[in-house]
Amino acid sequence: MQKLLKNREMLLGLIIIVMILGFTTRAPNFANPDNLVTIFNDTSILIILALGQMVVILTKSIDLSVAANLAFTGMAVAMLDSAYPGLPLALLVLIAIGIGAALGAINGFLVWALQIPPIVVTLGTLTIYRGMSFVLSGGAWVNAHQMQPDFLGVPRLPVLGLPILSWVAIAVILLVGFILARTAFGRSTYAAGGNPVAAIYAGIDVGRARFLAFVLSGALAGLSGYLWVSRYAVAYVDIAAGFELDSVAACVIGGISIAGGIGTVIGTVLGALFLGVIKNALPVIGISPFAQMAISGIVIVLAVVFNARAEAKKGRIILRDRAAGKEVTA
Amino acid sequence: MSTAIEQTKRVIPDRLETPFRRLLGSWEVLLFCVAVAIFIANSLASPYFLNAWNLSDATFNFTEKALIAFAMALLIIAGEIDLSVAAIIALASTAMGYAAQLGVGAPGLVAIGITTGLACGAFNGLLVAGLKLPSIVVTIGTMSLFRGISYLVLGDQAFGKYPPEFAFFGQGYVFWVVSFEFVLFLVMALLFGILLHRTNFGRHVYVIGNNPLAARFSGIPVERVKFILFLLTGLMSGIAAVCLTSRLGSTRPSIAQGWELEVVTMVVLGGVSILGGSGTIVGVVIAAFVMGLVTFGLGLLNVPGIVMSIFIGLLLIITIALPIVTRRIKHARNA
Repeated sequence: MQKLLKNREMLLGLIIIVMILGFTTRAPNFANPDNLVTIFNDTSILIILALGQMVVILTKSIDLSVAANLAFTGMAVAMLDSAYPGLPLALLVLIAIGIGAALGAINGFLVWALQIPPIVVTLGTLTIYRGMSFVLSGGAWVNAHQMQPDFLGVPRLPVLGLPILSWVAIAVILLVGFILARTAFGRSTYAAGGNPVAAIYAGIDVGRARFLAFVLSGALAGLSGYLWVSRYAVAYVDIAAGFELDSVAACVIGGISIAGGIGTVIGTVLGALFLGVIKNALPVIGISPFAQMAISGIVIVLAVVFNARAEAKKGRIILRDRAAGKEVTA
Repeated sequence: MSTAIEQTKRVIPDRLETPFRRLLGSWEVLLFCVAVAIFIANSLASPYFLNAWNLSDATFNFTEKALIAFAMALLIIAGEIDLSVAAIIALASTAMGYAAQLGVGAPGLVAIGITTGLACGAFNGLLVAGLKLPSIVVTIGTMSLFRGISYLVLGDQAFGKYPPEFAFFGQGYVFWVVSFEFVLFLVMALLFGILLHRTNFGRHVYVIGNNPLAARFSGIPVERVKFILFLLTGLMSGIAAVCLTSRLGSTRPSIAQGWELEVVTMVVLGGVSILGGSGTIVGVVIAAFVMGLVTFGLGLLNVPGIVMSIFIGLLLIITIALPIVTRRIKHARNA
């Protein structure tokens, strides 16, 4: 039992269940299956984005441009849909994934070929993609009445009790889990982040692993772009502002180490669900929605503290005083 | 393996590279040439540019960010980063606004703004230096926390009733066209330049950035230095909050949104390596001018703000990429 509790993912799952039960005391309908489905559906986009971010963080990088990627792709797809009503939805989704992957590839190329630190690259592309979204749309919005019925309706269609949006999230979870556990690329991301020098000596191309991680993150951001504009039925320049930080927060809460090489898919999903439960619970228990940002911040800080305690390695002992029983480490 | 073993010819030059030659090839000089080029381009592009009052207005674009950039430069040289600076501005501004509603006078408001900045900086410092947490995620968290507190207090309202004397900091002029903010910027540039380049503390900052373990074994109090650096960043954010709030005359929770990225851009543009260990204050000063000139010039041409940020993003990536690309071309040519 102790060992189960020590497992970080188990602990996080337990905390989420305790939170849900706690909120149920204030609002009796909170733990209803309907409400739980709603929470999962609301969090689906964050789960998809967080999984992409997770793969990037595993390789010792970070992708701060996912929200801008989402915004540009969402705007592009929405504009295409309103301008060419005849385009099939499947094609639009593929275009969204393609554009997202291309934007991610630009990030990856700059990190791989020019060896620019990922934080600088994504800081730059963050503003560039957001600006491109403005240039593309001219500042205009794409409203719900300009979008086709199946563009808006398909993700909301309930299948076996869950909307298709939730099924997409589940599919992405399974896909990313498979990639990380069963493909060479997936294993190489852990190596590239855990110990890049050793990975190079072992024959793994760390730069290529980073590049592919960025492409994957971009593709998932592109998919999320379509899902976002479809879910909220509107597309404008500022959508998903600040969402990249939510994706990083979900990863950190889920136990992904920012130094790379440590983390699981379950952890990321639980981290995203943690944020989703809190976000859904606030209006229900009567806390102002303006408090959400502050609570997110506190949660991130606590999660980082917790992560650090779990990962802490005992330093090299540089002085040992046996008589006093003391050791000095560095 | 990708590294090829190069056969380099031993070339013994007739004359050794003089310090002057090395200076000519330095980042700061390159950046200065870019600044001059942009200045010339701006004056050709718009007839309104070469006007003393307009140029003075242009300085407001970058002085507040540059104040923070000086402290951020020291922090980045030491190998950490603080993404919560804009949120500290928001929180300090909210605190000042709240106090202004209660009728506190201008000196009190300044004190409150600076103290809030220091307190936030101390919080960051405790988490990063005290608990040894990675600064990037910690400051992402505190960024949400500080701005979140601002949103909690203000919601979608704004504080507006500031005393008239308070406007001097952001809108006042010391003599002729030279504004108080610009004078403050120059004074801080001098102080930080001395701190980084002429004191032991500055040397410690460089060592910690280059080799933290060697720094610790050399007896440098690494945690204390990092804590002081975070305090400094908080302090400068507080001062910038005073200037910005005084200039705008009002406070919204969304004040200074996105400024943390612009400050980091200014620092990296100034030649400070994001990985730590190198950089100069002179570079940051020139980078501040470059960004201010670009922003102001584009503004005169009626370019919307969000398109301007595309240019800033491109500027950041190109300035980092250019030395790497030229070095590659040089290697390819020599091989």
